Amino acid sequence: MEKKEIICISCPLGCRVEVRGDGENIESIEGNQCPQGREYAREEFMNPTRILPTTVRVSGGELPLVSVKTEAPIPRDKIFSAMDQIAQVTVEAPVKLGEVIIEDLVGTGVSLVATRRVLSDKKAADGEKV
Amino acid sequence: MVSEFKDKYQLVIIGAGPAGLGAALAAEERGVKDILLLERDYFLGGILPQCIHNGFGLDYFGEELTGPEYAHRFIDRIPESTVQVMDETMVLDITPDKEITALNRHQGVQKIEAKAVLLAMGCRERTREAIKIPGDRTAGVLTAGTAQRYINIEGYLPGRKVIVLGSGDIGLIMARRMTLEGAEVDSVLEIMPYSSGLVRNKVQCLDDFDIPLKLNHTLTRIEGDKRVERVVVSRVNDDLEPVPGSEQTVECDTVLLAVGLIPENELTKQMGIELDPVTGGAVVNEQRETEINGVFACGNVLQVHDLVDYVTEESEIAARAVSEYLSRRRKKRRKKIKLTAGEQITYVVPHRIDYVYQDKDKKTLKLFLRSSVPVEEAELKVVDDRGQELISSRKKIVTPGEMETIILPLQFLDEDIEELTVSVTKASQGAD
Repeated sequence: MEKKEIICISCPLGCRVEVRGDGENIESIEGNQCPQGREYAREEFMNPTRILPTTVRVSGGELPLVSVKTEAPIPRDKIFSAMDQIAQVTVEAPVKLGEVIIEDLVGTGVSLVATRRVLSDKKAADGEKV
Repeated sequence: MVSEFKDKYQLVIIGAGPAGLGAALAAEERGVKDILLLERDYFLGGILPQCIHNGFGLDYFGEELTGPEYAHRFIDRIPESTVQVMDETMVLDITPDKEITALNRHQGVQKIEAKAVLLAMGCRERTREAIKIPGDRTAGVLTAGTAQRYINIEGYLPGRKVIVLGSGDIGLIMARRMTLEGAEVDSVLEIMPYSSGLVRNKVQCLDDFDIPLKLNHTLTRIEGDKRVERVVVSRVNDDLEPVPGSEQTVECDTVLLAVGLIPENELTKQMGIELDPVTGGAVVNEQRETEINGVFACGNVLQVHDLVDYVTEESEIAARAVSEYLSRRRKKRRKKIKLTAGEQITYVVPHRIDYVYQDKDKKTLKLFLRSSVPVEEAELKVVDDRGQELISSRKKIVTPGEMETIILPLQFLDEDIEELTVSVTKASQGAD
């Protein structure tokens, strides 16, 4: 039996939630003030996941980078291997908001998508707005 | 870019970050015609485009967005609105009569008249000079926000072995960002006995990567020849003074400073507007109006918010007020109400209540405040000048790092009230 204090991050309240259980089952969850806290603590105990926000190299763009994120949370322990895969990629400008940059990032089934647009260099020079 | 600018506007907004963007669009929705948005950078969105992390928008949009995505929600609406944007433009001066002097390379120096002015200049970071860290004047000492712009917008890593001073949100976010990009973060130092950042950031930026948070510690010396080579870290006592003998040397090449934000109020001061020494922002009434009629302020130039969602909310309060001011729909209260920060409260915004509410759909007034110390099992209370408790609410924990709000029903504000005092105390045991 494992006991873990998990700080809920669902809202600024930051409830300290105590979870008891083992890898497969949860015995008890205490200290949360809303259903979201219960759900968060359960997930964080069984399978912690994170959205990964980072940047990807852009060629021919008004900016050298485009900001990206995983469309859904990925397992926390895949973050560094995901960063390695992302470092191998360069995208051509223009990049659209929401454009898929990498499908199935490190075998998670989750896509990496652009969180902004990056115009091509020429368009930027013509005075279009970022 | 539309170049047909006029020299007279109903509303001129200074700054196109989240506060200015939100206010421009909300003011237009409330019927304000003729809005000019002035921005000194070459893009809109203020700091949001470089805040690539997620965690924005949960409160306002009900979904989790990154900074650039949050900015896009507003920027994308500008072209189809009547709001005019003049970017790469620096405002040099605003007179109390609302004449604005601005400068850019297309129009040169120009004078713009406004019926209403909204100050939305945001804030900037405190620097090494502001906190006077002794030692060598080396390269490699930069604010966390500067490092963030280098990494996320311009595309290079400003250091390999890093120490972060300050555990506010920007410090925590940058500790993670530097780690993800391959730098080694030795630790995050915090002079106070608690982190001033959001819980979420402490968990996801430090705990996830085993980056130590050293509470009650500060940097007492920076050493190096051309570049930072090492720093001295000291423990501090209860008076926040370094404890002799506690010094430790840490080898590093970069120092990131996340030691606070200062509302950027040079223009406000030039106008002669009174500032609150605690918030660093203007003293305002519930309309977010400064002591000059028709000059409003919102966002981080008024009070440093910890969530951009609250900035948007405040921009809408200010936009609504601007529209009421321009259409002369406001009615002054017989007596002003002064809002006072009481026990364990550092500040309350607004600072006073000047007007009687006319709108029937507006039944409450939201007070924004911060506690001076963490209080568990907290009771937030508003008491009037006759000692009458108007409203109280309970919270499991209240910390200086997280802005609190109290929703005050307007029906409680009778015309004789002249002062309200807000306090936070530990709730008494057994009380309901």
